Amino acid sequence: MTSYNAAFQDIPGTTVFDATQSRLGYHLNMFCMSLMKPDNRAAFKADERSYLERFAMSVEQREAVLARDYNRMIALGGNIYFLAKIGATDGFSFQNLASKMTGMPEDAYKAMMVAGGRPPKGNRSKSDPAR
Amino acid sequence: MATIVGTIMTSHVPAIGGAIAKGRQSDPYWKPFFDGYPPVRAWLDRVKPDVAVAFFQDHGLNFFLDKLPTFAVGAAPEYPNADEGWGIPTLKPVKGDPALSWHIINTLVADEFDITMCQQMQIDHALSLPLALLWPGGGDWPIRVVPITMNHVQHPLPSPKRSWKLGESVGRAVQSWDSDARVLVLGTGGLSHQLDGERAGFINKPFDLMCMDALVNDPQKLTRYSALDLVREAGAQGTELMAWIAARGATPGRVTKVHSNYHVPISNTAAGLLVLQNEDAALPKAA
Repeated sequence: MTSYNAAFQDIPGTTVFDATQSRLGYHLNMFCMSLMKPDNRAAFKADERSYLERFAMSVEQREAVLARDYNRMIALGGNIYFLAKIGATDGFSFQNLASKMTGMPEDAYKAMMVAGGRPPKGNRSKSDPAR
Repeated sequence: MATIVGTIMTSHVPAIGGAIAKGRQSDPYWKPFFDGYPPVRAWLDRVKPDVAVAFFQDHGLNFFLDKLPTFAVGAAPEYPNADEGWGIPTLKPVKGDPALSWHIINTLVADEFDITMCQQMQIDHALSLPLALLWPGGGDWPIRVVPITMNHVQHPLPSPKRSWKLGESVGRAVQSWDSDARVLVLGTGGLSHQLDGERAGFINKPFDLMCMDALVNDPQKLTRYSALDLVREAGAQGTELMAWIAARGATPGRVTKVHSNYHVPISNTAAGLLVLQNEDAALPKAA
């Protein structure tokens, strides 16, 4: 029998936020949650590198935050609900972050959504013949 | 005994809060979404609920990864909204109904749901934005609430089947509550959407429409899906459909569809709206 977590591996372009990711990303997500407070947002903006020192994050996680590399942050345990607080601190919407993660210009991403979004065909399973 | 008047299921995308604050309801992008709500308000004016029992996920405002209950029930006299760090305005607090909260808690635990009880709780956009859509104006909310949160953040998630049973138990609790209150059931979130990774923007309209149809007449059909199925079919965050399933589980008797709306996109999301009336409740007739 396929385990609960292994079963998710078949879904393309998706990192399911399971125990492995949650343990890996705990302090990265803690940093994100700190951005709910205006004073913390101001402190982060004033000096990002030293603000990140307050959290027990890995070097790779810090560099991914500084580079605003959202796919890398997700690979290192970030959860999008929390990572979006970095984007909002930068003045960006969820849609802008999605365009970054999909490697599409924001206009092209918005146009795809207005046209009905990314379709299920070819995007449900890695074994989908339509891929 | 209390009466369940019916059920409203709606999306709760954070961008809605920005659109309301900026008065964009009539912009071409937003109009097909906001136009879904006046018929719901007309129905609410008719059935006049006193209190809403609301199923939704908390996105980290109360519960973070340090302590994350699978299901939690609010039992507070008042629920403040707060800055979630997403750049949308904070809305006014909403009154609770601790007597109903504790009656629901007692029933759920007797039914072997090991829920978390919360005498202090904040509400995030998953409840504040549906309230703002149903009772616009930003004034004092004309309704009390009982918030019931469900974990859709960290896997393993509860299953659709468990969510349905949670709803059923809550529905039994409300119907056995010694009160003449009129109770609305709310389920918020969804429908299909994925916010993260290379598959972001995933929308599955056929699946969404099948679910909206099943929720009216054959809701238990949806309990055959697993959480994995929902991630695959509805996107990584489409698991919020389980809040709709719980709300439908709480809705007793014969139901009829009062109104529905479905629009793609709002931000990254397929926005859904479904209103069901409990035909077994004694309700004022439509004019």
